[in-house]
Amino acid sequence: MQTKADSHWVSYPRFLARALWSATDGGVTFYAWMTGLTAIALVGAHAWATQVAQGMALTGMSDHVSWGLYIANFTFVVGLAAGGVMMVIPAYLYRDHDMHDVVIVGELLAIAALIMALLFVVVDLGRPDRFWHLIPLIGRFHWPISMLTWDVVVLNGYLLINLHICGYLVYMRYLGRTPDPRWYVPFVMISIAWAISVHTVTAFLYGGLGGRPFWNTALLAPRFLASAFVTGPAFLVLLLQIVRRVTTFRVPESPIRTLIAVMRVTVLVNLFMVFAEVFTAFYTGGAHATAARYLYFGMHGATGLVPWIWSAVALNLFGAVVLLVPALTRRTALLDVALVGIFVGVWIEKGMGLIIPGFIPSTLHEIVEYVPSLIEWRVTAGIWALGLMVLTIALKVALPWMQTAPAHSHDG
Amino acid sequence: MSESQDFVSRRTMLKTAGATLGAAAFARALAPVAEVVEELGAEEFLQKHYREMTPAELEVVLRRIEADALENYGAEVHVRDVRPREGVQFGYALNLSVCIGCRRCADACHRENNHDRRTNQSYIRVLEMQQGSFDMEHGDATYDHAVPQPGKYYMPVQCQQCDNPPCVDVCPVEATWKERDGIVVVDYDWCIGCRYCEAACPYHARRFNWEAPEIPAEEVNPDQAYLSNRIRPQGVMEKCTFCLHRTREGRLPACLEACPTGARVFGNLLDPSSEIRWVLANKRVFVLKEELGTRPRFFYFFDE
Ligand code: SF4
Ligand code: SF4
Repeated sequence: MQTKADSHWVSYPRFLARALWSATDGGVTFYAWMTGLTAIALVGAHAWATQVAQGMALTGMSDHVSWGLYIANFTFVVGLAAGGVMMVIPAYLYRDHDMHDVVIVGELLAIAALIMALLFVVVDLGRPDRFWHLIPLIGRFHWPISMLTWDVVVLNGYLLINLHICGYLVYMRYLGRTPDPRWYVPFVMISIAWAISVHTVTAFLYGGLGGRPFWNTALLAPRFLASAFVTGPAFLVLLLQIVRRVTTFRVPESPIRTLIAVMRVTVLVNLFMVFAEVFTAFYTGGAHATAARYLYFGMHGATGLVPWIWSAVALNLFGAVVLLVPALTRRTALLDVALVGIFVGVWIEKGMGLIIPGFIPSTLHEIVEYVPSLIEWRVTAGIWALGLMVLTIALKVALPWMQTAPAHSHDG
Repeated sequence: MSESQDFVSRRTMLKTAGATLGAAAFARALAPVAEVVEELGAEEFLQKHYREMTPAELEVVLRRIEADALENYGAEVHVRDVRPREGVQFGYALNLSVCIGCRRCADACHRENNHDRRTNQSYIRVLEMQQGSFDMEHGDATYDHAVPQPGKYYMPVQCQQCDNPPCVDVCPVEATWKERDGIVVVDYDWCIGCRYCEAACPYHARRFNWEAPEIPAEEVNPDQAYLSNRIRPQGVMEKCTFCLHRTREGRLPACLEACPTGARVFGNLLDPSSEIRWVLANKRVFVLKEELGTRPRFFYFFDE
C-alpha cells in the first residue's frame, strides 16, 4: 500500500542522514563535551594498540590473577545494561504513562552499556585478531557447554533487541506516524526477560567455576541482579536530570520518583545479600572464607583491596540512608551525591571487589596481588568515554523526535 | 534563503572536517595494531583449527612454524605432528615420601618446553608443605632455601590431565580439548586468549603468554611438536602436555627423567604390567581436590 513517496527505500536513508546531521549539531558545550570525550577515547585506543603490539604483560594481570580491571568493568556495565530495563517494567507492565515518555532513555542507556561491555571483552583478549573464531558457524562456537558462548549470545541479542526498539520508535516519529505496537511491544516484553537473562548468564560465568569458592555460590546471580537494579536507576535518575537541564526535552517528575522508589527496595535487597554472604563466610570461617578475609581485612600483609571494599561499603550505606529517608530524597543536591555514591560503590563491589578476590588466594593458595597498570586505566577510561559518546549521540538523535510526537499515542 | 543554505553548507564542511580529523586521529592512535597485522599474514590469520586441517594443510603450517622459529629466534627447529597411539591411556603418579623439593623437574620442564627465560616459567609448581597438614594454605611455592627442610614435605603440582576438565568445558572456541590418550592440549594457533580456562582450572596448571617468550637461539629445544613444546605465540594459553612429543613415541616426560629421587612414575594405564598400575594397586593413592569432580590422572602416594 506504500506509495512511491513514502517508500522506506527513500525515507530510511533520508532518516539516517537527518540523524547524522542532528547527532553532530550542537552548541559550544556539546562540541566541548564531545571533543573531551574523543580525546580520552583516543588515549584509550592508543593504550590498547600498544597492549596488542607488546603483549598483555603491560597490564597488571598475571597467571595468578588472570582477569582484572577490564573484566571487572565488563561485569559492571552488563549490570548497567540490565538495569536500564527498570524503566521499561513500570512503563509497559504497569502502564505508567509518564514513564512511557522517557523509557527510551533507559533503552539507549542499555545500548551504550552493551557496546562498552563488548569492548571490554575485546580489550581483554590476548589475540583480538582471532575474534572470528568466536563467530557461530565460521569459527568453533562451543555452545551450549561454555558459559562464555551463552554470554556472547545474550549480549548481542540484547543489543539487537534494543537497537530494534529504539530504531523503530524513532524512525516512526521521523515519519510522523504512530508506531504500530505489534512491531515493538512484543520486543519490549522480550527485552524485560532478556535483561534478566543477560545478567544471570554473566553471573554464571563466574558461579560455575568449582575451583573458585569465592564465586561458586548460588547467591551470585541474585546479587548481580539486585545490584544491577540499583545502578541502572541511579544512572538514569542522574541522566534524566541532565537531560532536563541541557535539552528542551520534557522530563516529567514522576518517572524520577518511580525510579527512586524502585531503588529504595533494591538498595536494601542488595545490602542484605552482601550481608548474608559475609555472614556465611565469616561465621563458618575455614578455607572457603579466605578470599573474603583477604577482601575485607587483608591477609599476610597483602591488603590491596581493603580500602576499595570499605569505601564501597561506606558509599552504599550512605546512599541507602539518603534513599530511605524521604526528607533527604527531596533535597536534589544531596540525592545526586547519594546516587553518584551508590553508582561508584557498586562499581567497586561488582568490579574489583568481585573479580579480583576470586583469584586471591590462587587455587594453590598463593597470595599474589593485582594492581591495574596505567595502560589498563587508560583503556578503561577510553571505553567509558566512547560509551558516553554513544549515549550522547543516541540521546541527541532520539529525544527531539520523541518529543514531537503527540503524547501517549503509543499505548502498549 | 541562500544565506541559510550557506550556513548549512558551511556547517556541513566544518562537520566533515571534524569527522575526518577525528577518524585520522583514531587511525594514528591505533597505528601499533597495524604493524602487528602486517606481520601476521593472511595465511596465519585464516588458519583452520588443528582438528579441521587435512594432512597437507597441516604440513604447510608445520613448515611455516619452523620458518618463523628461524626468523624470530634464529633457531633451526623440527616441528612434528604426533598423534595419540591406540590402546594407550597415560597416567602419572608421584611419591610424596621421596620428593625432596629440589625442583629439578620444574627446571627440566622449563628447558624442554621452550619456556620464556626472563620469567623462568615452568608448568610445575612445587609446594613446600607443613608436615602433618594437608592444607595448601600453609604451603609455599616460592621458597628459596636449602631443601629438604626438617618438618616439611614437598608437593609438585602440574596439569592433572583431568578426565572431567573444567578448562575444556569453559573454552568458548574449543581451542583446548582432551585427546584420546587422556592428554589435555591447546591449539596455540586457535586460542583467542580470553584466559577463561586459566580461571577455571583448580590446579593453577595453565600459563598465559603475556608477551612473546625470549629464548636465546642456542637454548631452544629443536625437538618440537605442534601441540606441545613449540615456541608459543604471544597472547595465547599453554599448559603441560605430559611431554606428548616424547611420551607418544615411547620416551618418558622430561620432568621424570630429571627427578634425582625417582619420585615420579609415568605410564600406560591400560598396560597391566606397567609400573603405574603397580603403584595404583599397591600404594595408598589419592588425587588433589577430589571433591571438585575433575577426576585427575595425576596421582599422589606415600610410601607409608
Ligand atoms: S589440571 Fe587444570 S589444565 Fe589440567 S586438565 Fe585439569 S583443569 Fe585442565
Ligand atoms: S584462553 Fe584460549 S584455551 Fe583458554 S578458554 Fe580462552 S580461548 Fe580457550
